[in-house]
Amino acid sequence: MSLENKEFKPKIVAFCCNWCSYAGADLAGSSRLTYPADVKIIRVPCSCRVNPMFILRAFEKGADGVIMCGCHPGDCHYSTGNFYARRRMTLLFSMLDYIGVENGRTRVEWVSAAEGVKFSETMNSFVEKIYSLGENVRLGDLRCKN
Amino acid sequence: MQELVNRAKELLADGTVARVLGWKAGDLPYNPEPAYFEKAEELVDFVYNGFCGANLSKYMIEASKLEGKTMVCLKPCDTYSFNQLIKEHRVDRDKAYIVGVGCKGKLDIEKIRKQGIKGIELIQGAELTDEADTLKIQTIYGDKTCAYADAMLERCHVCKGKEHMVYDELIGDSNETKDADRFDEVAKLETMSPEEKFAFFQKELSKCIRCNACRNVCPACSCRKCVFDSTKFDSSQKANVDSFEEKMFHIIRAFHVAGRCTDCGECSRVCPQGIPLHLFNRKFIKDIDELYGEYQAGADITSKAPLTNYTFEDAEPSIVGKRG
Repeated sequence: MSLENKEFKPKIVAFCCNWCSYAGADLAGSSRLTYPADVKIIRVPCSCRVNPMFILRAFEKGADGVIMCGCHPGDCHYSTGNFYARRRMTLLFSMLDYIGVENGRTRVEWVSAAEGVKFSETMNSFVEKIYSLGENVRLGDLRCKN
Repeated sequence: MQELVNRAKELLADGTVARVLGWKAGDLPYNPEPAYFEKAEELVDFVYNGFCGANLSKYMIEASKLEGKTMVCLKPCDTYSFNQLIKEHRVDRDKAYIVGVGCKGKLDIEKIRKQGIKGIELIQGAELTDEADTLKIQTIYGDKTCAYADAMLERCHVCKGKEHMVYDELIGDSNETKDADRFDEVAKLETMSPEEKFAFFQKELSKCIRCNACRNVCPACSCRKCVFDSTKFDSSQKANVDSFEEKMFHIIRAFHVAGRCTDCGECSRVCPQGIPLHLFNRKFIKDIDELYGEYQAGADITSKAPLTNYTFEDAEPSIVGKRG
């Protein structure tokens, strides 16, 4: 199969907090709601566990989009974790935008444990967005490409 | 400068301080280097002129562990860094005798060289007491002149002001050197298309040789263990470099000091490749100012840093896309 004909299959990393979004994904599954298999979920104890470096690292290793999901502001299991995460991610996304990485490749969405539908809708729309943006060529490490 | 040396001698003689932290002449007329002086006789090497750009506040981390007080010479912008270090419990305020020194803008030898002035043997007019606004430069190709303002470091054109934030006494006067807004360059970059932005940073950052000078000089980068020293971290190896590594390095470095960076401009000054590293730090400062309220790191020692603080109404990360 030549490289040109290879169909674009995006790699999408989703960081989901243990208490809300991961349970939300679970609910989406048990409610038989679908979302694309391109999304790989990484469970984190809290959205504020997501170090900005995780996101850069994901891009480096070939991710085409990174989404972070956590409890709604005010509902954090640890009371305030997602407030800190929100500031951090805002600054990081702004910096990525500043160096010329399309803003659509990064997203933060608050998904509660009861929002299976929202989880599935969020993932569907995010994957669609990544399909429209195409492969991430700006941030990938060439050594990580197959 | 003589006033400074005399005062240092007095303080050493009466036992107020055990050592003086200042600058001594380097082997060229434009590269004085930070130095400790423990005896009055050693002070003959002491210099303080327009080329003393080095921010001495970071040296106080080590000096705080020594016996006795240290007299440290800090320019107005350096005192922000010192305040920030007090706030982070990295320096001991009681171990420092801060002499706030005057500053009329610091000089950048590269800017002089860019004007075609090479083979420099002697530079006159860089002293703090010199009134003239031109530098007289003796070179092996004859005498040259250069306007003081044209030879100034970028950071001095956007000077934070001549007020010292923390000091025990003041020696010398400062000049107002500000003639530009510090966010102008950042704002200009923000309006470019993603392709242009990416090309710009690719071009600048690909010059990086990973010498770590920016990290080593940065007063905010004072962690004992640094993530970039880890052998497991990919960007520790320059040999098998890939274009992403420098970006990763610089974004992470800027992020680690976000909200703590006082914009002292040392990173850009020491970069041997002339990368405008302040553009990263200023982008974070600009965003913080716009989204979470104006904040100047190091202006005081009580305020909460923006990234260790929050409000319920904070902007959502999606604002980045909406701002356009």
